[in-house]
Amino acid sequence: MDAQIAAILAMDGIATGAIYVLMGLGFVLLFTVTRVIFVPFGDIAAFTALTLAALEMKQLPGTVGLVVVLAVLAALMEIGAQLRASGARRIPRAILFYLVLPLLPVAAVWLVSGQPLPMFGRIALAILVVMPIAPLLDRVAFRPIADGSVLLLLTVAVVVHFALVGLGLLFFGAEGVRTEPLTEVTFNIAGTVVSAQTLLIVLAAIVFSGLLFLFFEFTATGKALRATAINRTGARLVGIRPASTGTVAYLLASLLAAISGVLIAPVTTIFYDSGFLIGLKAFVGAIIAGMASYPMTVAGAIFVGMLESFASFWSSAFKEVIVFGILIPVLLWRSFTTLQTDEDDSEE
Amino acid sequence: MTELQQRLVAIAAIALLAGAPLILSPFSITLLNFIGVYALAALGLVLLTGIGGMLSFGQAAFVGIAAYATAWATAVRGYSPWIGLILALFLTSAVAALVGALTLRLRGHFLSLSTIAWGLAISFLFGNIDGLGAFTGISDIPPIAIGTVVLNSDGRIFYLIWAVVVAALYLSANLLASRQGRAMRALRAGQVMTESLGIDPFRVRLVTFVIAALLSALSGWLYAHMTRLVSPAAFDVSAGIFYLLMAMVGGMGHLLGAVVGAAIVTLLRNSIQDLLPLIAPGSSGQLEIVAFAVLFILLLQRARAGIVPFVARYLPKVVPPSLSDARPLPCRAQAPKGERLLTVDGVLRRFGGLIAVNKVSFEIAAGEILGLIGPNGAGKTTLFNLITGALRAEEGRVSFLGSDVTRQAQLRIARAGIARTFQHVKLRPTMNLLDNVLLGTYPRTRAGFIAGAVRLDRREEAQARHEAMRQLGRVNLADRAHIPAGNLPLGDQRLVEIARALAADPALLMLDEPAAGLRRPEKMALAQLLKSLRQEGLTILLVEHDMDFVMGLVDRTVVMDFGVKLCEGSPAEIRRDPRVQEAYLGGVA
Repeated sequence: MDAQIAAILAMDGIATGAIYVLMGLGFVLLFTVTRVIFVPFGDIAAFTALTLAALEMKQLPGTVGLVVVLAVLAALMEIGAQLRASGARRIPRAILFYLVLPLLPVAAVWLVSGQPLPMFGRIALAILVVMPIAPLLDRVAFRPIADGSVLLLLTVAVVVHFALVGLGLLFFGAEGVRTEPLTEVTFNIAGTVVSAQTLLIVLAAIVFSGLLFLFFEFTATGKALRATAINRTGARLVGIRPASTGTVAYLLASLLAAISGVLIAPVTTIFYDSGFLIGLKAFVGAIIAGMASYPMTVAGAIFVGMLESFASFWSSAFKEVIVFGILIPVLLWRSFTTLQTDEDDSEE
Repeated sequence: MTELQQRLVAIAAIALLAGAPLILSPFSITLLNFIGVYALAALGLVLLTGIGGMLSFGQAAFVGIAAYATAWATAVRGYSPWIGLILALFLTSAVAALVGALTLRLRGHFLSLSTIAWGLAISFLFGNIDGLGAFTGISDIPPIAIGTVVLNSDGRIFYLIWAVVVAALYLSANLLASRQGRAMRALRAGQVMTESLGIDPFRVRLVTFVIAALLSALSGWLYAHMTRLVSPAAFDVSAGIFYLLMAMVGGMGHLLGAVVGAAIVTLLRNSIQDLLPLIAPGSSGQLEIVAFAVLFILLLQRARAGIVPFVARYLPKVVPPSLSDARPLPCRAQAPKGERLLTVDGVLRRFGGLIAVNKVSFEIAAGEILGLIGPNGAGKTTLFNLITGALRAEEGRVSFLGSDVTRQAQLRIARAGIARTFQHVKLRPTMNLLDNVLLGTYPRTRAGFIAGAVRLDRREEAQARHEAMRQLGRVNLADRAHIPAGNLPLGDQRLVEIARALAADPALLMLDEPAAGLRRPEKMALAQLLKSLRQEGLTILLVEHDMDFVMGLVDRTVVMDFGVKLCEGSPAEIRRDPRVQEAYLGGVA
């Protein structure tokens, strides 16, 4: 390997890593606020890519069907819960939040599908239509067991991922897609060709991590999220509803996943089931940071991107083995460095 | 139902199984074969997750290692399937021991995450090694032959599969009822509790992990020679999820749950495959996994215990066998009265900026009851944990029976003869009183995993039972020996903990607030018990809040406040001491 190849690999690694950064931040956000290790996170990104591709080809994206199914399910569950808890009074609200709001972007997509749209419009629409998926999944799968153990939530998350893959094939079909490049400009920096696409990915990672930081530091909602993450019971005592902060966290995390989906769609061919591996690799980055620290997550995600890039150069057949193999020493290191809070945590 | 009746039911079930190929259609036999093969892997998960509390998403990888090992040995290298079996078992247990040694110190969800990681990594290996046929796998695997009988039809391999399943169930049931099986069932209570009983939790976890992997290996070996081909897709993480679903549907806490779960999931899968094309034509079978995922989520949300415990409620209760006479377990010779038993010399422990125990020194002589008292937050429980090794002292020395135990692991200290109880009772709520107290005999008994599985431990087991019943009798709970510990009121649970500690035949008994939650007559009975124990030469260290209880019982008292020792002396001296009065009642103005 000479310096030239190393530079190209490093560039590639940083671009991939930047995508993992966005998703890794989402993982940490969701885990700290809701204690859910949201395994289907990668699927959200893949579905965004597939939606964007469908819009590009002037087809009705499969997301429409997916969101309709989930929204109806969630609304039914919410209405049922409200009927048991406080009678019919809050049903209109349930319908508004779990049926009408999620279906607004769906309706917009349905109206404009088949018509040519500018690239920015397509991207915005794709992101908007995908964003309700995770909060709806939260309502359907996780809210009924929100106080269960982390392990129980993890099991449900793994199962939800498999449900999503099945639904993904049903609604999107088996073909892989690759969207139009966001930009085709290239630069030549010190003899190495750098595409503007790569820079855009890195820029997006920086901008959105920055925005997330500002959100947590300077808004009341952001502070409520942090409070819930630190102590759920304490947050409840001062009037923060963990269910609402959970929904905000899911929306924010979905936004991050959707943006990664948009960024990765022109670079890699995405299939209905590509999300799992992308998500898990971002997740490896988040685990390096102990699922707790945002800045460490950024470093961890870049590390995974680099590792993947160099591993595929050495042995492309075994790059997945290497990336997931690295998780075991990382977990060990984490388990030795973090204070053991031990005791009865595995008790059901 | 007596034990005899139970055996008859089991024999009838086996006879029914043996007759199945004569009655059922060939297709039903094929289904039964798959059920048996899956049940083996699910049984491993029941032991690992339901009993041992380690949730694994990666069991399919072990099934895969065994299936590929035997496929390679037989189809590629041309050896006999029996060589394939040996290779499969050897390779699987070697990989499991390695993976387990690396990951089993992880806790809770981190452990489960690591199972996803190695599960994925191993299944990617299958698809990328050319010698194993890469993504197409290995086909033309020869059938198993026993002597001259070639098991090349579903009707023939049926007997082998179910013989293995029945044997695995029998051995597992024996194991769970043995010394090491009880240690496996205790794992979920956490490290401090298991180590305080002299159990090495890491070792027990590792062996449990390897046993689960071996059951998966049997499943993989049978699978390879039944379907005659292996491909990577059969062993990925989604296959692991299916095993988990089976174990959970059946009931994670019961061995039979594995078989029931495997049967339900396999049959359901089969009927969904028949039904789906009718309901949703052209859906290409992916709805199957959606249907199962929905089922699984509903199960996790509403009925986590599974089917077997639900059904078991309506079945006749099993009458526990009466105890046979057995020689008592050998007891230790207690140190002569008055000899120095435990020396605590200047121990110090900080938590952040707080000095919880600040250079405390005292001694305990053999045959005395020493009270350790002090207001809330005085550092009594921390000191307790420093002596038993649950926490490490930063400075100072603790020596017990003449040897320095300051830096020793908790389980070494427990085995050296210190038994303890906990301020927050740590019993296994689902195990009955007898089994809970039997845990106490762990350091006094020897039987290993294999001895337990093949019932070579019966004589020792009878002795241990005898001992456990004797200790239960001492705390007046012998008549409730067979009810789950979680059903007792808190006060009685404390007594069970004392019985468990006594079953370890300790030299020093350390009790952390044993009288909390007891009513007055019960307290008096407990005081009587402790006095009679002292009579027998046992040494006792008592942390307690109830002054009347302590003062009427102890020979000497050590008083702590804000992490330091205020004073020590006889109950009368302590009562007169102005510093103690100030700590408890506030200063005299």
